[in-house]
Amino acid sequence: MASLFTPCSETYDLPAPLPLDGGQSLDNVRIAYETYGTLNADASNAILICHATTGDQHVASPHPITGKPGWWDKMVGAGKQIDTERFFVICPNVLGSCMGTTGPGSLAADSKPYGLRFPVITIRDMVRAHMLLLDHLGVERLYAVIGGSMGGMQALSLSVNWPDRVERVLALATTAAMPVQNIAFQEVGRQAIMADPDWQQGAYYDTGRAPDAGLAVARMAAHITYLSEATLSEKFGRRLQDRDAKSFGFGADFQVESYLRYQGSSFTGRFDANSYLYITRAMSYFDLGEERFGAGHNRRLSEAFAGVKARFCVVSFDTDWLYPTSESRKIAHAVNAAGAPVSFMELAAPFGHDSFLLDVPALDRVIGGFLSR
Amino acid sequence: MKQISVKLRPDLAVIAAHVAAGAKVLDVGCGDGTLMAALRDERGCDVRGLEIAPDNVAACVGQGLSAIQGDADTDLGLYPDAGFDYAILSQTLQTTKRPDIVLEELLRIGRRAFVSFPNFAHWRVRSDLLWRGRMPVTRLLPVAWYATPNIHHLTITDFRELVRERGICVEGAWFLAGDGLIQPALANWRAEHAVFLLARDGVNPA
Repeated sequence: MASLFTPCSETYDLPAPLPLDGGQSLDNVRIAYETYGTLNADASNAILICHATTGDQHVASPHPITGKPGWWDKMVGAGKQIDTERFFVICPNVLGSCMGTTGPGSLAADSKPYGLRFPVITIRDMVRAHMLLLDHLGVERLYAVIGGSMGGMQALSLSVNWPDRVERVLALATTAAMPVQNIAFQEVGRQAIMADPDWQQGAYYDTGRAPDAGLAVARMAAHITYLSEATLSEKFGRRLQDRDAKSFGFGADFQVESYLRYQGSSFTGRFDANSYLYITRAMSYFDLGEERFGAGHNRRLSEAFAGVKARFCVVSFDTDWLYPTSESRKIAHAVNAAGAPVSFMELAAPFGHDSFLLDVPALDRVIGGFLSR
Repeated sequence: MKQISVKLRPDLAVIAAHVAAGAKVLDVGCGDGTLMAALRDERGCDVRGLEIAPDNVAACVGQGLSAIQGDADTDLGLYPDAGFDYAILSQTLQTTKRPDIVLEELLRIGRRAFVSFPNFAHWRVRSDLLWRGRMPVTRLLPVAWYATPNIHHLTITDFRELVRERGICVEGAWFLAGDGLIQPALANWRAEHAVFLLARDGVNPA
């Protein structure tokens, strides 16, 4: 299992243990990352792109397992909106993931995979690792940090916790505190994995079995939340899959069922179940106010943004019901009340939460415009 | 009056010429950011916008301006007190659901407010109503009654009456006709639109 996820990117091994929000620290952390373009002489053209839950560092280069183009290939590259002729683009795999950065599938000091011995991490822990990578690359101050969904959480966390290190923040389809509905959906996913007998309390790496069935169900449930009613209706409607009549059985009668099964099973080939547990846990814990003031604080979100030095651009999509516009608007008004320059808009796009990854020309214009000056 | 070098709509030119250099400004209904860009580039102002149309917000972002998509009727309440030197509302007051509340909000958020609006008592408007018995369609009110965004028509006299009732101080008033400034005499007959600079009583003179 773990061998599937052999790093194929550049890597950086942290020279010291990484302190974590949970109180522990993690030894021998490796960060896998990709870069595009060239860092200029005064190191002023670096852009950090933070990937989403099950994303990876291959933002604009082919995925090593699936062979598919990078997940934001349409946005990042020479002459594109995030122009690699102009910018030095850095995309690290997040802490806890399985594409080369240290996670629960990595080997612990006893040369066995961590499994559940891996400490629970937070979004800020991921960003702390990013910051050490930036130190290593000689980037003191980012031209911009960009992220959608969980990537947007990292971007916001960076802007608040390391305010001197970023000039522009582009946060897409995200939130300043994980909404309860999303916590609920992610719990369903984790329970599906943990209910799979092949999960074996997370210690499945050397057993020849893995909780693929549970992970596939988790992915199916999550995938629904990334789409919109409009997308589902247009793509599948109530149409049947390769058959003229219902089977009166439990096969994939409907096209949407077949599609979700495919999404679920193909996911297991490229993602580690324990990483899914840890990363969704980090997301459900995410609360920018708590990062700043600790649990149980009574402060307003605008106070969490006090002292930020970046210019912000916050974008939501009208069909995204997972990270709805109300979440982005809260961020925008909090930043505004904190006195920092911020733009916010809700773009019209039919694709639900996934809109930030898909073809939305208005988004291209906004990103290009925001980065232009 | 300090002229701005870019060509602005006449009411915006009046506003731009009277905003103090370096001021912090909120432009409510900022459109595509024309006034914001002029204030930033030529007056060194720190400018923010509120705008209802996402395309316009995107146009602002493309110029490096900061604008929030939102609605003056509902979103001004989210802005802190006295966060700005000026709040600007140009050609938007008559489109809001409650112009009186919007006006109060402007003067809560900004220490001063610029408000411009088309004057419904201009002689051409009066003549349409008097002689033709029709809701006026003029150069500044170009849309028929059933499609116009202007849901609260007002006159210069109405506006003066409202600010007097609310104890708001008029620090400046400019009247425009045919894209030029005119003298204040008989403004409620002769002006196509008006620009007012307002402050709460007790604000130190600019």
